[in-house]
Amino acid sequence: MLKDQDRIFQNLYNDKGSDVTSSQERGDWVNTKKITEKGRDWIINEIKESQLRGRGGAGFPTGLKWSFAPKEVGSRPHYLVINGDESEPGTCKDRDILRFEPHKLIEGCLIASYAVQAHVCYIYIRGEYFVDGQKLQVAIDEAYEKKLLGKNAAGTGWDLDVYIHYGAGAYICGEETALLESLEGKKGQPRLKPPFPALIGLYGCPTIINNVETIAVVPTILRRGAKWFASLGREKNTGTKIFCISGNVNNPCNVEEEMSIPLKELIEVHAGGVIGGWENLQAVIPGGSSMPLIPKERCETLKMDFDACVEEKSGLGTAGIVVINKDQDIIKCMARIARFYKHESCGQCTPCREGSGWMWRMLERMAKGDATKDEVDMLGDVTNQIAGHTICAFGEGSSWPVQGLLRHFKKEIEKRNNLDPIVQKKNNIPYLVDQHLLDKKNA
Amino acid sequence: MSLRKPAKDQPESFEFNASSLEAAKAIVAKYPEGKQQSAVMALLYIAQKQNNNWIPLAAMKYIAKFLDMPYIKVYEVATFYTMYNLAPVGKYFVQVCTTTPCMIRGANQLVEACKEKISENERELSNDKSCSWMEVECLGACVNAPMMQINDDYYEDLDKQKTLDILDKILNGETPKPGSYRGRVNNEPENNRKTLMDLKNA
Repeated sequence: MLKDQDRIFQNLYNDKGSDVTSSQERGDWVNTKKITEKGRDWIINEIKESQLRGRGGAGFPTGLKWSFAPKEVGSRPHYLVINGDESEPGTCKDRDILRFEPHKLIEGCLIASYAVQAHVCYIYIRGEYFVDGQKLQVAIDEAYEKKLLGKNAAGTGWDLDVYIHYGAGAYICGEETALLESLEGKKGQPRLKPPFPALIGLYGCPTIINNVETIAVVPTILRRGAKWFASLGREKNTGTKIFCISGNVNNPCNVEEEMSIPLKELIEVHAGGVIGGWENLQAVIPGGSSMPLIPKERCETLKMDFDACVEEKSGLGTAGIVVINKDQDIIKCMARIARFYKHESCGQCTPCREGSGWMWRMLERMAKGDATKDEVDMLGDVTNQIAGHTICAFGEGSSWPVQGLLRHFKKEIEKRNNLDPIVQKKNNIPYLVDQHLLDKKNA
Repeated sequence: MSLRKPAKDQPESFEFNASSLEAAKAIVAKYPEGKQQSAVMALLYIAQKQNNNWIPLAAMKYIAKFLDMPYIKVYEVATFYTMYNLAPVGKYFVQVCTTTPCMIRGANQLVEACKEKISENERELSNDKSCSWMEVECLGACVNAPMMQINDDYYEDLDKQKTLDILDKILNGETPKPGSYRGRVNNEPENNRKTLMDLKNA
């Protein structure tokens, strides 16, 4: 287990209060000037050496991302945008940072803004987190009052304004270019890349977009040194991470742990074990709903980091661990996730807009045992036609969980669905009807 | 995508009142000059708050003029994002999360409770027109599942009985206390905390 002094988010459970004074006691805002005095190149280099990877899901190296920002500010100003549109099912880590460690985030904003030469920073928070956003606003107001933001912020000589922008319930706005569209006051539909936001982003200006957790760990890394951060975890998967353990466990919780911690330890030690015992475990979704599930046999030895999860054909994603035990119908669980993606598709690309609905309807039928034999392969075919054929990664995100189900639980589906597609009896073949219109009026 | 339709009965006109106007101006000032369109989302929230939790078409037209942008662009935004209510939802708007992490911890019981207390169908006003409910996608409080949101507040760690009690309160016009209903502190592992104990006991 990680030692307590190595935990970055000391106030994860709000033992101490989130106001500026208690944050300062925990080490925030202490000599921020000293960090910025070492210069941009030092900051970016230190973050590169710490091997910090983005905590929002994709795991892109943060230092590298910052180095993409133009070295000189031209006619267009630079922007820093913080992505707090946490909507991935199974993930609730940013919420705790927003409400309990807001000053870590704000200080991170200042340092990151300095590193990428931005004078304005927007924090995009999902609309449902209104109350938590209000708490962050209180912290921002405190920071302005103490001259930690605004002109010559925290004595660094750098001017910075931080604003909160609320989303309004669209999952897709967690995708960085959709987030920019939403910030510009449009529908949140992703843009084509390239051009990448680092060159042409918000209002057509160079923009660096980072997750809340990524930015919130930056000040601590720079204070304690890249070496300390890199010594935790393993090569290329360094540091600490907030894991959200939800689902069928005895004590669902958020906990900050070292990268590469065994999944079994997380579940058994911190989350109090699977309901009904480890033997009752069916599968685990390791990184939020868009990552393929991992069946029990593989969970025994799985280490929770980016590369180890990829080896299992899944991903660490946001580290939102959803534990599913044997009391649950795994097909129904995945059908519900498919419904989520059907609901949240922005509708821009046809494969995703239509395909996400197809996947949901097929899975709902499969859960009931109403599907025909050949539909199982057809479902796999549909997922392959979505993934990789859309503007943003939502296509992959929606089809991977279904592919994971097919990879590990195909037998289960086939056992339940053995309807012959050729009409021999007067069966009521449901796929001839638009099922969703029957199931739900407002689907 | 979700299907969203504006209400049939629409008020003739809409205007910001004094406090909304002040809030709106403060928000427009957050964005660079000429980029006032960015404020549209926040202004729609303000309109929603002023107009009893829903946004009439007249408000969209008003906001379009206010921000000097085409009405259709405001309409697009208001119909794209699911948190803008295009029809009356009552003073208390109950949203029950039923996505997988909540589902496997029994979110269907919360739905049953809403059906018993509020109305048989989603998006249908209760008899006294004070509240309505709907199933929503992940609200981002998965370790506190199952949970629901009433207006801005989260109610966490629920079961059927607790939900019924909460709904009774709102039907009586009271606002119940938000947070965990199993008495746990925030997101800590209940009775099983192994980290940061010095801080807890300090």
